[in-house]
Amino acid sequence: MRTVIQGGRVIDPAHQIDKVTDLYIADGRIASLGEPPASFIPERVIDARNCIVCPGLIDLCARLREPGQEQKATIASETWAAAAGGITTLVCPPDTEPVVDEPAVVEWIRRRAKFAGHARVLAMGALTYRLLGERLAEMAALREAGCVGVSDGGRPVANSRVLRRALEYAATFDLTVFLTPLDVELGNGLAHEGPVATRMGLPGIPVAAETGMIARDLELIHDSGVRAHFGRLSSGRSVELIARAQAEGLPVTADVAVHHLHLTEMDLARFDSRCHVRPPLRGRRDLEALRAGLVSGVLTAICSDHQPHEPDAKQAPFGDTEPGISGLDTLLGLSLRLVRDGVLSLPALIERLTWGPARILGLDCGHLGVGALADVCVFDPEIDRTVELDVLHSRGRNTPFLGWELQGRVTHTLLEGRVVYDES
Amino acid sequence: MRDAEFLIEAMTGQLRELLARRGVAEPALVGIHTGGVWVAERLHERLGVAAPLGRLDISFYRDDFSRIGVNPQVRPSELPFDVDGRHLILIDDVLYTGRTVRAALNELFDYGRPASVLLAVLVDRGGRELPIEANVVGAHLTLSSDQHIQLTGPDPLQLIIQTAKP
Amino acid sequence: MSATPIQLDAQGRLLHFLTIEGLTHRHLTDILDTAESLRGVAERRVKKLPTLHGKTVVNLFFEASTRTRTTFELAAKRLSADVLNLNIATSSAVKGESLLDTLRNIEAMQCDMFVMRHSQSGAAEFMARHVKPHIAVLNAGDGRHAHPTQAMLDVFTIRRHKPDFPNLRIAIVGDILHSRVARSLIHALSILGAGEIRVIAPRTLLPTRVEDLGVQVFYRLPEGLRDVDVVVMLRLQRERMEGALLPSEQEFFQQYGLTEERLALAKPDAIVMHPGPINRGVEIDSRVADGPHSVILEQVTNGIAVRMAIMSITLGHHAQASGEDA
Repeated sequence: MRTVIQGGRVIDPAHQIDKVTDLYIADGRIASLGEPPASFIPERVIDARNCIVCPGLIDLCARLREPGQEQKATIASETWAAAAGGITTLVCPPDTEPVVDEPAVVEWIRRRAKFAGHARVLAMGALTYRLLGERLAEMAALREAGCVGVSDGGRPVANSRVLRRALEYAATFDLTVFLTPLDVELGNGLAHEGPVATRMGLPGIPVAAETGMIARDLELIHDSGVRAHFGRLSSGRSVELIARAQAEGLPVTADVAVHHLHLTEMDLARFDSRCHVRPPLRGRRDLEALRAGLVSGVLTAICSDHQPHEPDAKQAPFGDTEPGISGLDTLLGLSLRLVRDGVLSLPALIERLTWGPARILGLDCGHLGVGALADVCVFDPEIDRTVELDVLHSRGRNTPFLGWELQGRVTHTLLEGRVVYDES
Repeated sequence: MRDAEFLIEAMTGQLRELLARRGVAEPALVGIHTGGVWVAERLHERLGVAAPLGRLDISFYRDDFSRIGVNPQVRPSELPFDVDGRHLILIDDVLYTGRTVRAALNELFDYGRPASVLLAVLVDRGGRELPIEANVVGAHLTLSSDQHIQLTGPDPLQLIIQTAKP
Repeated sequence: MSATPIQLDAQGRLLHFLTIEGLTHRHLTDILDTAESLRGVAERRVKKLPTLHGKTVVNLFFEASTRTRTTFELAAKRLSADVLNLNIATSSAVKGESLLDTLRNIEAMQCDMFVMRHSQSGAAEFMARHVKPHIAVLNAGDGRHAHPTQAMLDVFTIRRHKPDFPNLRIAIVGDILHSRVARSLIHALSILGAGEIRVIAPRTLLPTRVEDLGVQVFYRLPEGLRDVDVVVMLRLQRERMEGALLPSEQEFFQQYGLTEERLALAKPDAIVMHPGPINRGVEIDSRVADGPHSVILEQVTNGIAVRMAIMSITLGHHAQASGEDA
């Protein structure tokens, strides 16, 4: 359908565009910006006055729980929540049941997402067979099936020899490797190792559990020549290590989960299980360093680290609960908070949610260049809304942000030119 | 204001006579905190009782625990003599509904089985809710329910009557 | 999440007893004074008070413990309450009923108080947040977090021997990292204005930033015990050797065990305490455990009176609160 999005402030960080203008869409792609293409008669007009028009958000890590954990959520329910949040592309990690270590699973996920039709789902392939960290997965076949990269799926490979070989193999097929920096033994705990955990009597997870592994992984990345991405940094020291590696020319990138930019160990307060996350919420200085890493460009993406849970998973004493926050509904609002707090400018923020993730994935998306797929997000940046259970679209209600007043309400989301979300 | 010492003097006389009539040679005195203890201390001295003075705090025996909970000013009860087979004189400052005395009796019997219990009170103000009467009374007063009588002390001992404001 | 302190009501009255944190000097002294009055009950012929007659107390022990459970049971019975004992062994291999389901089932039996021990920190608070309003929750130990009734009986014992808290030096020795007893005791001593609180342990057994709790840290026993008025020895569990926290019990005894020679470094009238059960020859030498400085057995006696006080006070507040709502 030929569509024009009129009068909005178009922000396309990839092309350094930030101006109030009209956006024209035809055949599912961006047709032009500013002036309509020749003999363009729009079939649909979207009034975007006072709104921001930007590329659809790309979420580098969202667990959709299918296949295998349908009691928590489904691809249909979560892609709907994504669309309502202006997110057009979701990358799901391979730790489904069964694991994404076979092309059949990749295909299954792709078809479920297509059938629901709300958002694009890109599956990440497994780095090792069954994610057990012992044998390699068939990465070439996974790549051919459409995986955008390979990952340890949150189950880091402890055996350094296996990891080095997996990195070399991935590099052979030009695959980017997505790693979880965690030493499982040292990281056996429930909260950031610090004064709050001491007072609350919670076993601590030291920063070294993360940085120790980053250091090891960087050495192996250096040797193997693979492109690598570290997911969900939680500490200032980690940002320093990545910054140094980047300065030395290593092809590494890193992201941060949006909740680590707003919450600290103090939020654990009364054993609030909604703040039980991995990696854990750390100290104030870590939060500041993560924000600084976003500004300086060491961290080039913000993700939701979406982990929806059924209520029982969180209704127990802290240590008996499953970690994770349901984040799709609040990704945009919490990200915009950073602009309001003066951490980033709006274009820089949008880059961290669109073009930044796209470049990490090595895909031609996350921008509004002519000819690009028309994945677009239109939102009103001024509207305040309190996060309440009845405005959440995800099946997961496990968010510690209930009661927060967030700005930014999505009015329209387009996926390949098709309106998948319309707030009216 | 009433002269409490005068009333205690009257009680002493009554008690001496009562104990003689009953042939009780070695009684033990037990005062109920707080006012009853002050009265008991005076009586203990004037009667020249050999057994040390007992003190009861009935907070844990009150029948209105369900309404008012535990009194944080509760004091330990001390009965420094063997209750079994003893003739006891239970002493309180004001006898009103009778519930305090009932609680005190319950507590005394958890210590042992006395031979007998006599009740001596400084003031009987009527208004009984239980079938309890004192053997020795300093003064009978009739007060309305919005009047409040209190013994202040320990020195000097004074009875004060106040009317609750409407 | 703005979390209100769940154990106090709007008037600051104790509704549950979950942790010493957040309590005032007044809260603690009320408990101590009430316990003082209850101490004599055990010496009477009828070792009972009618205070909680008709109330039902449920002992919910998710962690095995005969000793603590028995003292709570005795305390409840001495107040004339009825007692239900539920020992729910948890095995990570077999996931039984969820905690909430267990709670709902017991609530259906019309109980007034839960005494709960659980291996997870925060479990008692979780319970308190989910029980019906008329029920009181007493924490008998949750993970590493708190053991508030133990702390109260410990300070009660200290007060009976050395009531001048601002001039006291107290040393807590042993596995501070895993100890809920230590954490609660540190909070109680701080609130009561203790002069100096010391923790003595090898680095592996000290939690990060423990000094933030308001304690002086010592890594070696001889320095830590110098001029101390109260020595509290903590129990060492066998599992610590497996977790690579300590090499052996022998080395622990050599370096941190309380012997007569080591005790001589403390004040001449120092008292020795231990939450029990004691590991003779590991934390403490038999001659000290049975010696004139030890008040370990007195702690047990005091434990009953203290728990009676806490039970009466919390159930009394619930009664008052429901009376006020009526």
